[in-house]
Parts: sequence; structure tokens; C-alpha cells
Amino acid sequence: MKLTTLAAALSATALTLPAFAADMTIVSWGGAYQSSQQKAYTEPYAEMNPDFNAIWDESSGEAVAKLRAMDEAGNVTWDLVDVEGPDAVRLCDEGLALEVDVDEILAPGDDGSAPSDDFGPSLISECFIPQIVFSTTFGYRTDVEAWGDSKPEDLCAVFDLETFPGKRALQKSPKKNLEWALLCDGVEQDALYDVLDEDGGVERALAKLDTIKDEVVWWSAGAETPQLLADGEVVIGSTYNGRLFSVIEEQDQPVAMLWDYQVFDFDGWVIPANLPAEREAAVMEFVKYATDTQRLADQAKYISYGPARASSQPLVGQHAELGIEMAPHMPTNPENAQRFLVNNLDWWADNQDDAEAKFQAWLAQ
Amino acid sequence: MSDTTTEDSTQNGPVLAADGTPLRRSLARALRRQKLRALMLIAPLLIFIMVTFILPVADMLYRSVENGIVSETLPRTVVALADWDASGDTPPDEAVFAALAADMQIAAEEKTHTKLGSRLNYENPGMSSLFRKSGRQVRRWDLETDAPFMEKFLDIDEDWSDIDVWRTIQTYSPSTTSGYYLAAVDMQLGADGPEMRPENERIYLKLFGRTLMMSLAITLSCIALGYPVAWLLANLPMRTSNLLMILVLLPFWTSLLVRTSAWKILLQQQGVINDILVWIGLVSDDARLVMINNQLGTIIAMTHILLPFMILPMYSVMQSINPSYLRAAKSLGATDWTAFWRVYFPQTVPGIGAGSILVFILAIGYYITPALVGGTTGTFISNRIAFHISTSLNWGLAAALGGILLAVVLVFYWAYDKFVGIDNVKLG
Amino acid sequence: MLDQGSDAFVVFDKVQKSYDGQTLVVKDLNLSIGKGEFLTMLGPSGSGKTTCLMMLAGFETATHGDILLDGQGINNIPPHKRGIGMVFQNYALFPHMTVAENLAFPLEVRKLGKSDREAKVKRALDMVQMGDFANRRPAQLSGGQQQRIALARALVFEPELVLMDEPLGALDKQLREHMQFEITRLAHELGITTVYVTHDQTEALTMSDRVAVFNDGRIQQLDPPDTLYEEPKNSFVAQFIGENNSLEGTVKELNNDTAVVQLDDGGLIDCKPVNVNKVGDRTKVSIRPERVEYRSERFQEGAHLLKAEVLEFIYMGDVFRTRLRVAGRDDFIMKCRNAPDQIRLKPGETVNIGWMPEDCRALDA
Repeated sequence: MKLTTLAAALSATALTLPAFAADMTIVSWGGAYQSSQQKAYTEPYAEMNPDFNAIWDESSGEAVAKLRAMDEAGNVTWDLVDVEGPDAVRLCDEGLALEVDVDEILAPGDDGSAPSDDFGPSLISECFIPQIVFSTTFGYRTDVEAWGDSKPEDLCAVFDLETFPGKRALQKSPKKNLEWALLCDGVEQDALYDVLDEDGGVERALAKLDTIKDEVVWWSAGAETPQLLADGEVVIGSTYNGRLFSVIEEQDQPVAMLWDYQVFDFDGWVIPANLPAEREAAVMEFVKYATDTQRLADQAKYISYGPARASSQPLVGQHAELGIEMAPHMPTNPENAQRFLVNNLDWWADNQDDAEAKFQAWLAQ
Repeated sequence: MSDTTTEDSTQNGPVLAADGTPLRRSLARALRRQKLRALMLIAPLLIFIMVTFILPVADMLYRSVENGIVSETLPRTVVALADWDASGDTPPDEAVFAALAADMQIAAEEKTHTKLGSRLNYENPGMSSLFRKSGRQVRRWDLETDAPFMEKFLDIDEDWSDIDVWRTIQTYSPSTTSGYYLAAVDMQLGADGPEMRPENERIYLKLFGRTLMMSLAITLSCIALGYPVAWLLANLPMRTSNLLMILVLLPFWTSLLVRTSAWKILLQQQGVINDILVWIGLVSDDARLVMINNQLGTIIAMTHILLPFMILPMYSVMQSINPSYLRAAKSLGATDWTAFWRVYFPQTVPGIGAGSILVFILAIGYYITPALVGGTTGTFISNRIAFHISTSLNWGLAAALGGILLAVVLVFYWAYDKFVGIDNVKLG
Repeated sequence: MLDQGSDAFVVFDKVQKSYDGQTLVVKDLNLSIGKGEFLTMLGPSGSGKTTCLMMLAGFETATHGDILLDGQGINNIPPHKRGIGMVFQNYALFPHMTVAENLAFPLEVRKLGKSDREAKVKRALDMVQMGDFANRRPAQLSGGQQQRIALARALVFEPELVLMDEPLGALDKQLREHMQFEITRLAHELGITTVYVTHDQTEALTMSDRVAVFNDGRIQQLDPPDTLYEEPKNSFVAQFIGENNSLEGTVKELNNDTAVVQLDDGGLIDCKPVNVNKVGDRTKVSIRPERVEYRSERFQEGAHLLKAEVLEFIYMGDVFRTRLRVAGRDDFIMKCRNAPDQIRLKPGETVNIGWMPEDCRALDA
């Protein structure tokens, strides 16, 4: 008799197990960005769906490698992964991310526009569900004595050591740096990738970078430039616009933005390929909610990155704590986006390794 | 007496145990049982090491030569392409294109064509987008009716007539390749076999050389700084030396990132050390020393991080050296220096050896600290390995670089054994 | 104690030593050692003997007082300039050098030429019969062989003074006896002055010209071995050297060469006064076990007899050792030579025991 009760109890627990399927492992970047996602997406979603439980994993930095390792081991534990555009392309190429039709799975915009139109240029891969537009741009110190009265007004100030002496911080990667160098070497924006494709194109960009090489501090983590600027170690440096926002507005440092030729990047979701149908369905439902017009606009209350939907732009309001209007701090704000670049991801997918090798060889010289 | 037993055994065949079985056999049985029991005791550890160490290393070595992807994804094309003359200047004929169309269609269905594109892109930039673009189109073709395919491929992208594209596919059709190892030493498989890469793309040999030189420098500075500390530890009274030991071990209890960041704050140009030097007047304000984001920064930070690994083995060896050796040397007429150099120092060599091996091997594989404070001139080969693992996803090349690093460590180990003797290493 | 005569080779003059500034481990040491003399410092551990040796070698400095070597003060001469040979308790052979290298070491630091060195090393090795072992490492030698090498190394540079710190402590009994003989033979043949430290009284008695018995930081007695054994000056020495029976009592009568002591159980015995001053003093009476007699025909006239009960009879081969209860103590030992006419006493028997009054010494309590 006792044994049967025990067995019954056991099977009851076994039956309740599927309830845990409401656990959803979401991979993101940690820090302020992840908490903006929690406030704008998962917390309201959990209120509507009491069963829903988000488990956060701060592994986006190594998402591509980890997802590949999980896939090889045949045990993908992630349900939804936040990655940057180029990583989404690579995951898609490797067959590690699910191909989706945005018009089918996402909600139309508040203004009735189809998602493919609403997201527009941010739809860079068949596997990519965009969330935000961020940019890599420059910040400079406003108290440099050696500069006298002049202030950097365009990108080429970075390459102008005479007017703007001092150390610069650049990312230790060829991407963006090569494009900026060519722009300041007189190449038209439309011709950038044609020039890079030519023999000697990458070398030309490196030669331009060579003119400031001795003055460059190379960073590999986004937090480095804000710190270097705050310490006065560098006078001008590139980083993500949200990092600069917090240095300027939250920490009140004597730093200003240089939006000229900011490089747009997209950050968004990919769903791992080959998820069990049940989990996949749950993720789809969440993604549909988390990427609708209002949710994307809400996220901008907590972090200064622009929503990827056009229909979200008018809804961007004030910062939730600082109370400042966020629109002027969005990279997509027309005032800031007078001149901007979007990386040609196809070119980079083809030439990343080559450019990287040349860039590293040049660095090591 | 012993004579008689040997005679007995030679005359009467094998010696027997009390129960009549041959002694040799019952001894073997007893020993086997013992060995089995010992094996069972260490089995958990053995399995653990197999799973966490031996297998991953074997897997890494396998990955560094594995190249099944081309023949698996394009089986028909590989066969059809076998007869094509790669040294000529004409692209392959229609048969090869037809085979490619058939292969591509299956690959595109299974979404493996882009994977292959990424793989071949390591060898020939441009293949990635070529395969991505082509796969999309080929999926819509009808293999029965849409022939000939050569022109259709050329319509998608003219690169399909590029000899180099086909040469790359042919070169990498075998299921194993030396390509990753060649790439890891700045070479590539050209039309005429292995050749050096263009000058401006060579980085790995330089990085290997730098990694070795800097690891040596770090090891030497660890010896120089650690030796006196170890000596103090071994010779101070218990209470003081315990305190000192805690100071030595303190870095172990602090996060690696915290320690490295602390060095940044100390060493940067607007940092504490420069501020003090400027304040004293040793350095002028516009000529602040550059001590970080270069080799010096890496050497300083890593010496600090690895120092305990040098001090601990030296300390345990020094502790076991009886102070009477020094006294004996002095009583025999040696000055303090001679006594130290001829008598004390040689006995500490096993500790220095053990510490050096530890520090050198740890240093050679370090990547977090060089990445943070190395700048452009202070990064290690492991930073490139990390890059290929997590960013470029070129795991084959990462494995080949790791394989070479493993070989280098083994060569150093062998050399140490040869010149100093590995049995001369004491960890405690 | 000897005068600090002109033939004194080593002189300790009012030497004191303290490690902690609170207690003295060596208290007011005065000692002269003649040239060619074999002097042993004997005492329990912590008695100060090793400290004295280390001060002489130069590894410890005297807190107060002077140490003279051949008439010269050596307090400020570093150990390596003292030219004193030393044999350590654990031999301190350099493990990374061969036997020959060990021996050549003192010659090398004295900058002797190669051929000189080789000749001297060979002679020293032959002297200790270890000529065949020149190329061995210390670890390949037995304890006795290492001991010989250590001895040869201390002698190879022909010092006039050799110090030995319990050099035979680690050897087994037979080897130890053999080496005792070897060491004394060498010391006398070479005519070197030897200061030998041990806690083994047999060793001290068999080897030395004179023995200094240390206790509590002082020399308790400094005499040739026979005097030390037969005429101990105080009860520490009597107890420490050889086997000793000690009976406690009070002095009843005292004149120049006899004293009558009343034991604690009331019995009276005749003694030789050695370390008692007046009637009424407490005293410990010392009698060597081999001087105790139980056969009445051997008693001298006038000798006091004591009743004794046999507790235990121990057969030791050359002697019989009988434990008796005497004057209320049951640790009284009597030793008799194993001779044909000797009786084996049985436990429970009662006998009368006695001794010559001059063998019975009244010492300090």
C-alpha cells in the first residue's frame, strides 16, 4: 500500500515537471543593458504570465563559441540569445540559429506597418530579430588645455594630431577603424568597400592609422574608453554610445560626444536552432511580446540605445531615473545621425580573417 | 643453504607454493589482485583526468587536422573535381558544375552550405558570401531541367570562374589537412605546395617568439624577486614567517581582474606611480613614463600574479635545507658569499627548477592579463587562440596553435630533463 | 680549574650568553683548554654546552666576556677566518658534491693549487680508510662512512683546533664504539686540540683527557674521567656520570675526613664529606652500585650496615644487578661481578649491605 502511494507521489512529481518548461534561459550582456531588458521585457511579461520565469545568463560575449560547443555536445540549454548583428550572421551561417520570417512571427507596428518594413535596414540576417540600434562613436574631453579653443567637430579630428594632440583610444579590431581611416584619407562613403576590396585597400587604411599609431591606446572591452577618458589617460576615444551617455550624464565627467560618422550596429535576438517544439513555441510567444512597438520604446527609458522599429521612435520618452529626454541621446536621432556608417556585414564576413591578420601584423610591427 | 634451494628448484622444475600451485603463478595472482584494488582506488581520479584532460587534448589535436567538411558537404563535386588540373588556367567543366548544383541543393536544404563557406573562407576570403549567395539561389533550381549549370553559377557570381576558388576546394577536399598547422606558422597551401604568407599577414611566428621571450622574462623576474622572499620565509621565526606567508598567498585570494586592474591604476600615465614620480620631480609632467599597455606592463602584472607559484616550491626546498650546511661551509673557510653560492644555492636549484617550470608553463598559456595590460606589444599567442575560439570561430586554427604551444612546452620539458634532470625537481 | 696559563690554547674568560635578554643560557663560563688536549663538554640538553661550542666556532657571539684562541681574542673574527675544523651532528656533507669535492672545498676556498689539493684530499681519505670512495655522493654512503668523511673534511685543511658536535649520535652502538676509538687515535696522532660535545657519558669517559660537565649554564665539574667518576663534586655530577645510588639524610657528625649521616629512616652511615659544610645540613649520600657489598666477611670494621630486602635480581652476563629496598627506597642498586663464588640472591631475601666509608660521599642535597 505504502509502495503504491510512493509510486503515485513520484509519478505526480514527474507529471509536474513539464511546468518547469516555463523556465526560459535568456542570454544577454549583463550590466545596465541586461537590466533594461529585464525592466522593459521580462518583468511586464512575467506579470501577465505568472508561470514565466526568466533565467539570465551573462554569456553574450562568448555566445557564438558557447552555442557551437553546446550544439556539438547535443545539449542546447539556451532558449534565446542576445547577440550583435555580425554574430547573428555567423551563427546563421553555422546553422546554429533558427531562420525566422519576421512578418510571420512578430507583431506588426503600432502604425500597422509590416515588421519587415518597420525594422527596415536592421534585418541583416534571416536568423536575426532586431531590438536596438547602437552606435560606436567618439567621446572627447572638454578640458584639454593643449587644444585651445578648438573643439573636435568631425571624425577627422581623431587623425589630426596637430590641432588635437593627446592619446586616443581605439578598439583593437580592424572593423570600423579601417572605414574611419579611409573616410579621413579622402575616400567617399559609397566607395569604402570598393576601396577595401582593391589590392592594397586594407593597407591604405592601415597606413592612415599609422599616422596616429604611437598615440593610440587599444581597448578590447567597452568599459575601458569611459574609464580612460575619466582618468585623463586619453583625450578622445571610441566606444559604444550608451557607455558615453553614462559617463557624461550619470557621472558628470567633462566629456562630450562626437557623433560624426558614428557606426550603427544592431543588437537583437537569435533563437538557437533545433530547440524542442515546446520550448521553441514558448520562446516565439515571448519574442513576439518583447519586440512589439511599445516594448522597444520602453527599453530606451533605461538605456540610451535606439529602438530598432521605426514605429517606436515617436514613443521614446524620458529616462526612468534621470528624467532627461532620451530622444536627443539616441544614435538614431536625426540631429546625431547626419552622417553615419553601417558596416557591410557581407564584406566583413568574407574578409574578417584576412583584415584581422593584416591588422594584427601591423599592430605587432 | 641457499645453494641447496637453487639446486632444488633447478632440478625439480618450478618452485611450488604451499597449496601446490607454482609459486610464480600464485605470486602473480596475489599481485594482480593488489593491482586491481589499487586501480579501483584511483579509478575516480583516472576517469576524471581522462574526461577533463586527456580527451579534450586528444580532441584538440584531432580538430587541428580534421577537415571532413568539404567531402561531406560536396561529395559529388569532390569526386568530379579530382581529375581537374589545378595548375592550368581553365575552370572545371560542366560535369563539375552539375555535381556542385546537386551537392549545393542538398547542402542548402540542410543549411550546411554556409558552414562550408565559413570554413573555406579561412583559406580564401570571399568564399563565405559566395556560398551564402549561391545556396539561396540553387535551392530554387530544378536539377533535371535547368542544366547547364555552369552559366547559372556564373550568373550568381563571377567568382565561380575564378581558378583560385576551385583550387581551394580541391586542395581542401581530403578529410585531413595540414592547412591549420601551416596557418599557425604563417604559411599557406599554395598552388605549388606550402609557402610563406605575405609579409604583412605574418603574425603567429612573431607572437610565438614574443610569448616565449616574455614568459622567460617573467620567469626570470619571478626568480629574482621570489628567491629572497622564499629565503626569508624559510629562515624567519615561525610567527613572522607565517605572516609573510599570508602576504605571499594574498594574491591567490583576490580576483585576477581586480589585481590586473589595480596594476592599471598604479602604472598608467595619470596613475599613482607617475604622479609620485612627477611630484618628487624625478619625471617631468609632460614626459610621464609609459609603463602599461606594453611589454613592461605585462611583465610586471604577470610577475606579480605568478610570483606565489615561484615562491612556494622554492620555500619548501629551502625549508628542508639544514642550516648546518652554511655553518659547515663557513667553518671550512668560506666567506658568506662563497658559502651561499657554492653550498646553499646549488641545493635550492630543484626549487628554482620546479618554480620555473610552473611559472613558465602558466605564463605561456596566460591570456587575460596580457589582453588587459599588454597593449599591442605585450599580447601573447593565447590571446590569438582565445580570439579564434570565441570570435572568429576558427577552432581548427585555434587547435593548431594550441597544439604547437603544447609541443613547445613538451620540448622545454624535455630540454629541462636533459640538462637539469626532471628528478631534480622538488615541489615540496 | 686550570689556570689560564701560557700553554692554554683556548680560553673562555667570564663568558655569558643570553638569547632573549632575560635568561642566561651560559653563566659566567671560565675554561682553559691546553694545546693538544681532548676536552669533552658533557651535559643534558639545554645545559649550554652546544652554545659554548657555537660561540667558539663563531656562529654565536658571546653576550659578555672574551674567548681567546692561541692568546688572541676572537670575538670579532668571523667564523671563516678562525681556521677551526668542525664536525656536525648530521655531518653536513654537501649533498651536491662528491666526497672528493667535499674534501677539496676548504682547500679551494684557501686557494690551494690543484695538485696540492688532490694530494691532501687523498691523504685525508686514506687517513680515515675511505680512499676508494672519492667519487661517491654522500647519499650513497652509510652513516659510518659519512661520519668518516665529515671527520676527514674537518681535518683536511690541518686546523689546530677541531670542534665536534655530537658527531656519533646517529650511529649504532658498535659503530659508535669503533669511531670513538678512531677519533681519539687520530686526534692524538695529529696532535690537534679537540673540543667534543656529547650527552653520552660513556663516550665522554672513554675519549677525553678532561671532561667538563655542564648543567644549568655552568660547568659543574672539570676533571679527567677517572676523577669525575670516582670523586664527583656534587650530586648532579654523581647522578649524571655512571650509575649511582643516592640516599637522603642529615649530617649528624662532621670532622675533616668523616661524617656521620642520619638517613631519613633513622639509620646511621659513615661517609666522606665532600660537599657539606656543617652539622645539620641536608645531604645526598652517593654510593656507586659496584662498591656495595653484602658478604659480611668483606666488611671493614666499624662500617655501618643497613638492612636490605632483595626486590629483583637481574642477570646481565658479566655482572649481576640486584635491586634492593634500602632505607625506605626501593631503587637501590647493587652490582656484583659474575664470579664463580657469587651467589644469586632471591627476591624476598633479607641481607645486610655495607660499603667502605670512603666510597660513600656526602654531597649537596
